[in-house]
Amino acid sequence: MNGYEFYVDPSRCIGCQSCLNACEECETHRGQSMINFDFIDRKGTTASAAFVCWHCEDPTCAMVCPADAIKKGEDGIVQSSLKPRCIGCSNCVLACPFGIPKIFPEREQMMKCDMCYDRTSIGKRPMCATVCPSQALSYVRPEQMAERREKPTNVFYFGKQRIVTKVRMMVPVSTDSVSLDVLDHIWEESHAVLPQA
Amino acid sequence: MAEPPVSSEALLERFGPHPAYVPVGGWQDESEHPADRLVKTHCCFCGQQCGIQLKVRGNQVIGFEPWEEFPFNRGMLCPKGVKRYLQGGHPDRLLDPFLRGPNGFRAATWDEALNFTSQRLREIQEKYGKDSVAMYGGASLISEKSYLLGKFARVALGTRHIDYNGRLCMVSAGTAYKLAFGVDRSPLPWSDVPKAQVVLVAGANVAECAPITTDYIWRSKDAGGKLIVVDPRMTPICRNADLCLPVRPGTDLALYMGLLHVVLRDGLENRAFIEECTTGFSEVAASVRAWDPRTVAEKTGVPPESVERAAHLFAEADRSIALHARGVEHHSKGVENCLALINLCLATGHIGREGAGCAMITGQGNGQGGREHGQKCDQLPGQRSISDPEARAHTAKVWGITPEEIPQAGYSAVEIMEAIHRGEIKALLSCCFNPLVSLPDADFTRQALEKLEFFGVIDFFMSETAHYADVVLAGSLQEEEEGIGCTAEGRVIHIQKVVDPPGNARGDSWIYCELAKRLGKGRFFPYQTTRQIYDELREASRGGHADYYGITYEKIDENMGVFWPCPSLEHPGTPRLFENGRSYHPDGKHHFVATQWRESGDPVSADYPVYLTTGRVVSQYLSGTQTRRIGALVNQYPNPRLEIHPRLAEQHRIADGDWVTVTSRRAEITLQAMVVRTIRPDTVFIPYHWPDERSANRLTHRTLDPRSKIPEFKVSACNLRKAAGPPEWATQQRKGKA
Repeated sequence: MNGYEFYVDPSRCIGCQSCLNACEECETHRGQSMINFDFIDRKGTTASAAFVCWHCEDPTCAMVCPADAIKKGEDGIVQSSLKPRCIGCSNCVLACPFGIPKIFPEREQMMKCDMCYDRTSIGKRPMCATVCPSQALSYVRPEQMAERREKPTNVFYFGKQRIVTKVRMMVPVSTDSVSLDVLDHIWEESHAVLPQA
Repeated sequence: MAEPPVSSEALLERFGPHPAYVPVGGWQDESEHPADRLVKTHCCFCGQQCGIQLKVRGNQVIGFEPWEEFPFNRGMLCPKGVKRYLQGGHPDRLLDPFLRGPNGFRAATWDEALNFTSQRLREIQEKYGKDSVAMYGGASLISEKSYLLGKFARVALGTRHIDYNGRLCMVSAGTAYKLAFGVDRSPLPWSDVPKAQVVLVAGANVAECAPITTDYIWRSKDAGGKLIVVDPRMTPICRNADLCLPVRPGTDLALYMGLLHVVLRDGLENRAFIEECTTGFSEVAASVRAWDPRTVAEKTGVPPESVERAAHLFAEADRSIALHARGVEHHSKGVENCLALINLCLATGHIGREGAGCAMITGQGNGQGGREHGQKCDQLPGQRSISDPEARAHTAKVWGITPEEIPQAGYSAVEIMEAIHRGEIKALLSCCFNPLVSLPDADFTRQALEKLEFFGVIDFFMSETAHYADVVLAGSLQEEEEGIGCTAEGRVIHIQKVVDPPGNARGDSWIYCELAKRLGKGRFFPYQTTRQIYDELREASRGGHADYYGITYEKIDENMGVFWPCPSLEHPGTPRLFENGRSYHPDGKHHFVATQWRESGDPVSADYPVYLTTGRVVSQYLSGTQTRRIGALVNQYPNPRLEIHPRLAEQHRIADGDWVTVTSRRAEITLQAMVVRTIRPDTVFIPYHWPDERSANRLTHRTLDPRSKIPEFKVSACNLRKAAGPPEWATQQRKGKA
């Protein structure tokens, strides 16, 4: 759908798993949910997170695929593996820094969120973002997101790997990118944190 | 009649619950045999009654599609809504009426089953009197059926005793709103919530029990609003709260009296509003004088500073809303809890304006509509009081009988079960109610069911309660009869008949009309369609507070719902109540009602030192009769777990996943522990959707609120001990799965 973007906001997730259940109802992969859902640390908090594929500009899954089975369309959507090519090797599963692709052994194929191509191509919003009752998954125009108290980013760092994605993550206003590197949180200055040989 | 005809295992084997994971025909069937229509209707699970489109092929519901134009939920759904369609073609569905026989239940013809039912009801009434027969209804029924049940009890059976499972839901709120405002409805539409600068969520696990409401609260926060949450547990919305008040179970009243104390102490009240629009203020002011923040803290466990801050936030904002649900209502002082919240709103002038007020989040699908038109023990259609001579005269005229023929108020739901237990009520006709799971003190309920001389059940699935029945009449799902519902916000909505009842199952309304015929009262029940029932309901409600006269099915469709009261066909409906500053009391004033502290009915003691509170999970609905049959919902949360704080767990050497025996003054059950920091260390929580060995309601007690007659599900006393290993039910379950 033109002008619509996908936003993920784990801070608004209430753990209801509506997305997970609704994804399974999509026609192209009925019976298989492509949502990644987790309670982060249920012992300590009710925090939960539901993720779709982030649809990277330069998808790691495609880079590591030895069979050239993973394609990104002109619309920026990274598709499930091409069935005739996929060899089910799981390289993509291991390499994706977000942990998105899944191997479905009964199909001998990697499948992942394709942003409900069957729906978005005919003017419908993706199933998960349509049903989400708590704005954790949204498929809306950017203007609408401007009303939120968080702001979107699509730049992620995994160590040295910088990843720019199509799907955006809502982060606190003071944050520009999401980094999952401990180094970003360590006071180092001139002192090296690596043990000196 | 006495015990179930065959073993419980045999009944479960035959009638389920068996979880359905896959739609009829399999996941891939739809691509080969696509749906032939999409029907815009509503979800049946919970009082929000979200708009949804059901995919239908032939006479089968095979899937769903979000309905994005419906203004309340705009396509949003919780997992129950997403999977509700799996009831279509469910293998457990009752396809014939069943009669109890020596070898279990046997399928019967309708004539045989209906004749037997009416004959037994007649015999018992002739032998023991009219009031020896009681009826149970349910608030998940469309309003036409709720109306029909009320009329059937009073006209066809002539019994005083009809009540409904809404008695276990929000009646405390309804009673409080009637006392304060003269009317029982949320005074504001949900579209007001995003406009509030402060939202106080009082005893409502919004994220799990009314998930769509989360979206409204988040919008308030995006506009700069503050969120205050009162709950003994850190429910999912607490992560975004500005202030959490983890109140000790059973002490909510002290907290709300304390908030008003601070408001009055610091001069934050709205004097002009109080003087102009209310009565009873001085008594209420006196009643909260002793409740300073320090005293409140000692009682509730909420820090004094939090009490101060909450009071200031709520009172100082121009627009504040208090949303409340079962957490304040399920108490032996549930009415007082609600009144204390209302008093807070009245004193601060937060009522009758956009973005300001109080609202109950009604729980059941049609929880609002199902309680307005006559299946409550003390009400006639249109929210009229059964003891009011004018109301009796009006209703009698619509029904074509004399006012004297309408029985007086009868027992409430728990009182009916108690009357059965002591032998006063001999027969029960129950529809849309699974009391063995949902009433408190389940062992007592079981004993009562065993004493019935006749028990008739109308249901679409064989509930655990129905095991005790003499006859089970195969009724209809929500999507099998046309009608209306009324949502938590007071919006009357149109429920479509999407498919016919399958097999030999019949519409519930047909069943009641056929029974009425056989009881010699057929002329009062001449309906061919539910629309005819609705047209009579409109007349019956006319002039009452819940006036539906001006609401037609067509008008609902054109307007995406109409808010009652709507007294004429030209009237646009009333989304917000009290906008002119007037209540529905004859004096037009909002009534402050003073509240007085008292302890809960099952106090903690040295032997039972831990508070037990019960509630819900997002994937299950009420007693689970429907949702324990839907595979994805079962998998999401298969068995009740005991939520316990690590500090309390440590005391008992309980680790996450350990089996724990929870004992109350009534019974004990053994469940798996879920050790979490999101619950008060003096409290444990168990969701209640399961029967038998997994039933939280075996532990709860029958103390009722004296006015609303709601049971105290939210606070019981219990003790804990680590169990040696899994109980029998868990071992069996594992074997079954292996």
